[in-house]
Amino acid sequence: MGKTVVAEHLSAFFGEHQILHDVSLEMQANQVTAIIGPSGCGKSTFIRCMNRLHETVARATMTGRVLLDDENVYEANSVWVRRTIGMVFQKPNPFPAMSIFDNVAAGLRLNGIRKKSVLAEQVERSLHMSALWDEVKDRLSAPSASLSGGQQQRLCIARALAIEPAVLLMDEPASALDPISTLRIEELIEEIKCQYTIVIVTHNLQQAARVADTTAFFLSGEIIEYGRTTDMFTTPSDKRTEDYVTGRFG
Amino acid sequence: MKSIWSAWSKNQLDRLFSSILLTFCLVIILIVGTIVYELVSRSALAILHFGFHFLTGQVWDPVHQVFGALPFIYGTVVSSVIGVILASIVGIATAILLTQYGSWRWLDLISILVELLAAIPSVVYGLWGIFILAPWLRQSVEPILNRGLGFLPLFQGQGYGVGMLAAGIILAVMILPTITAVVRDVMQAVPNELKDGALALGATKQEMVSLAILPQAKRGILGAIMLALGRALGETMAVTMVIGNRPQIAASLFAPGYSMASVIANEFTEATSKLYESSLYEIGLVLFLLTVVFYSLARLLVWRIRLQMRVNA
Amino acid sequence: MSHRLLLWRRLKNQVFFTLLVFMSLIALFPLFNILWYVISRGLPELSIRFFTRLPGPVGMVGGMANAIVGTLIVVSLACLIAIPIGVGAGIYMAEYADDRFAAVCRFLADVLSGVPSIVAGLMVYATVVIWMHSYSAFAGALSLALLMLPTLMRTTEQMLLMVDTSLREGAFALGATRFQTTVQVVLPTAASGLITAVMLSIGRVMGETAPLLFTAFGNSFWQDGLNAPIAALPLQIFVYATSPYPQWQAQAWTGALTLLAIILVINIAARAFGRGKLR
Repeated sequence: MGKTVVAEHLSAFFGEHQILHDVSLEMQANQVTAIIGPSGCGKSTFIRCMNRLHETVARATMTGRVLLDDENVYEANSVWVRRTIGMVFQKPNPFPAMSIFDNVAAGLRLNGIRKKSVLAEQVERSLHMSALWDEVKDRLSAPSASLSGGQQQRLCIARALAIEPAVLLMDEPASALDPISTLRIEELIEEIKCQYTIVIVTHNLQQAARVADTTAFFLSGEIIEYGRTTDMFTTPSDKRTEDYVTGRFG
Repeated sequence: MKSIWSAWSKNQLDRLFSSILLTFCLVIILIVGTIVYELVSRSALAILHFGFHFLTGQVWDPVHQVFGALPFIYGTVVSSVIGVILASIVGIATAILLTQYGSWRWLDLISILVELLAAIPSVVYGLWGIFILAPWLRQSVEPILNRGLGFLPLFQGQGYGVGMLAAGIILAVMILPTITAVVRDVMQAVPNELKDGALALGATKQEMVSLAILPQAKRGILGAIMLALGRALGETMAVTMVIGNRPQIAASLFAPGYSMASVIANEFTEATSKLYESSLYEIGLVLFLLTVVFYSLARLLVWRIRLQMRVNA
Repeated sequence: MSHRLLLWRRLKNQVFFTLLVFMSLIALFPLFNILWYVISRGLPELSIRFFTRLPGPVGMVGGMANAIVGTLIVVSLACLIAIPIGVGAGIYMAEYADDRFAAVCRFLADVLSGVPSIVAGLMVYATVVIWMHSYSAFAGALSLALLMLPTLMRTTEQMLLMVDTSLREGAFALGATRFQTTVQVVLPTAASGLITAVMLSIGRVMGETAPLLFTAFGNSFWQDGLNAPIAALPLQIFVYATSPYPQWQAQAWTGALTLLAIILVINIAARAFGRGKLR
C-alpha cells in the first residue's frame, strides 16, 4: 500500500545557488500528484529530495524535512528510503550490460533474494504490471539495449516496482517517448495507482490533466498553487497559474 | 607583415606553408619506417643464424656465440605482469575513490599527488629501488612471504632484495599514474543516469559501483591495463637497476632475472661480435613488436570509450 | 527488508570505502617515501662545488657540473628539433590534412609513442652514431626528440581542434587564407595550451636515461662540441648509483635531487601557466 509523503519547509541548493525556497507539499497515499511548471523551476530537484537523491550530487545541499507516514526520511537510512520510494527517470536508464531479466531482478538481488523461483515470479509480476511481459517473455535474457525507448522506460518502471516500494516518483517519464509509448505509460499509471503513491513531474499539461488527482504548480522554486487537478485547470486562483495553464508562458 | 604579403601572392605563401607542414608529417612516417627497417635489417644476421630458436633458447653465452632470448622475454613479461597486477588493484581503487566520492575534500590533493608520480624519472626510481626498496624487501618482505607462503614455488629460496619482485614493484609504482588517470576518465564517462538508477533502487555506494559503474567501465579498464602493460614492457632504467641482471628462468619471484630492455642497455656497447650485436637488435625488434601490439589494443579499447563520451556529451 | 540484511549491506559499504582509502594511501606512500629519501640523502652532498666541479676520481671531491650543463644542452637541442616538427605536423593534421591522411599520421604517432625509449636509442645508434662514427650530443638530442615528437603532434592537434570552428570561419569570411587564419587566429587562441604541453614534454624527456646510453654516451669531462660524447645528469646518476663506492652513491642522490628539482619546477611552471592563461 502507498504511504503519504509530506514535504515540510524544503529548501534545496547547488552550491550557493538556491533552487527551492521553503516548499511544503502533501502527497496523498494511493493518489497521483502531478508537479507542473516551466523548465528550471525546481520540479526535478523537488522530487529528488523525496528519495534523498539530491544529496548524492556534488555540492548539493538541502534543509527542511520529508515525512513518509510520520517517519522523517532525513533521519532514516538513505538506502532504506530509496528502497521504499522508487523512482523512474526522464531518460530510460536500464543497466546496459544486463539482460532484461537481470535489470528487473537487480533490486531484488540487492535485497537478498537469491532463490531462482522467487526471482522469476517477482520479475514476471513486475513486467506484467508495467505491461511489458507479453513483448519480452520470450527473450528475457536478451540485453536491455535491444529494447525500444518506450520498452526501456517500461522496463525501468518494472525494475522500480519489483522491490514493491510504497511511493513511485516519476521524473518526466514520457518526455523522451513517442505518443503511443506515452499513452501506454499513462494507462499504466492509472492501473497501478491504487497500490502506490505516485508523484509525477511533467511539462505536459494535458498529461497532468489526464492522470493526476491533485496538481502542484511550481514557479522559480516556489509552489504557486496546489489543489485538485480539475480545479487547477478550470478555475485557477492565481493569475500566474492561469497564464501557465492557458499557455501564455512556459 | 605587409611587405611580405605584397612580395608574395597570398596563395603562394599559403602553398609554401602547407608543404613545409606536410614535410613535417612525412618525417613521422620516415621515422617509423626507419625504426622498422633498421631493426629488421640489423637483426637479419641473428634471425638467419638462429631462426625461431632465438625466441625459445635459454642460453645466453657471448663467449661461445650462443644467443637465446627466452630468459629476457620471460623476465620482461613476468616483471611487467607483476607490476600491472599490483598497479591495477591500487589504481582502480584510487580511480573509484576519485570519481565516485565527489564530496570528499581530499580528492583533489590525492589526484595531483598521484599525477606527480609520473614526473619522477626512471633513473630516480632505480636509485630508490637499489638503496631503499631492495634492502626493505630483503630484510622484511621476502622473509615474511617465504614463511607465510613458502609452500608456493613463487616465494621459495633466499631473497636477495634485487630480483623479479623488486622489478615488478618498481614497475607498479611507475605505471600507477597511467592506470589511475585512464580509469578515472573511463569512469567519468559513465552517464549519471545509470548511477541515479542504481541509487534509486536503494543501492549502497558500493553496490552502485558494482551494478552501474564497473560493467560500463570494463572495456576501458582493460584498455588502461593494456596501455600500462605496453609501458611496463619497454621500461628500461629502473628495471635494469633492480632486476638483478642474471639471464635465468627461475620460478621464484625472489630470484634475479633479466629483461629485454635491460640486456640492451647493459650489453649493447660491449657487444664485440657482429652476431652478438645483431642478437641485441633482434631483442629490440621483439620488444618493439610487443609494445606496438599492446598499445594498439589499448588504443582500440580506450578510443571507443572516448568516442562514447563525445556522443553522450 | 530485514534489519540485519540492511546492517550487513551498510557494513559492506563501509568496508569498501575504507579499502578504497587504504589503497589510495598505498598509492601515495611511494611518492612520499621517494621524495623523503631523495631529499634527506641528497642534501648532505649538496654544495656549490657540486654545481661547479667535474666528477672526481674516487676519494677526491667532485661535482656534476658537466652533467648538468650537458643535460641542458642535449634537451635544448632536442627541443630545437622536436618542437618545430611536432607542432608543425600537429598543425597540418588539424588544419590541412584530409581525414584519412590525418588518421594515418595519428596512428603512426601512436606507434611512435609506444616505442620503448631504449629502442629509440637503438635506432639513433644504428643511423646517426654509425654514420658519424662517434657518440655525440647531437645523437643524444635526436633520440630525445624522437620521444617528444608524438606527444607534441597529438597535443598540438588536439589543442587546435578545440579552437572553435566559428573563429576560423570568421577569418575565412574576411578573405584570409588558411595560412593567415592559422597563424593569426588559431595559433594565438591555442597558444597557452600549446606552451603548457611543450613544457610538460620537456619535463618528461629531461629525466630520460635509456636512449642516451649509446647516443650521448656520457663523458667525465666538459663536452668537446656537439659531435662528441656528452655527459648528462641522468646518465651520471645511473653510473654513480650502480658503482660500488659510497661517495659516488651519495653523489647519485644529490644528482637525483637536482634532477627532480628541475623537473618539478618545469612541471609546476607548466601547470601554473596553463591555469593562469586558460581562465
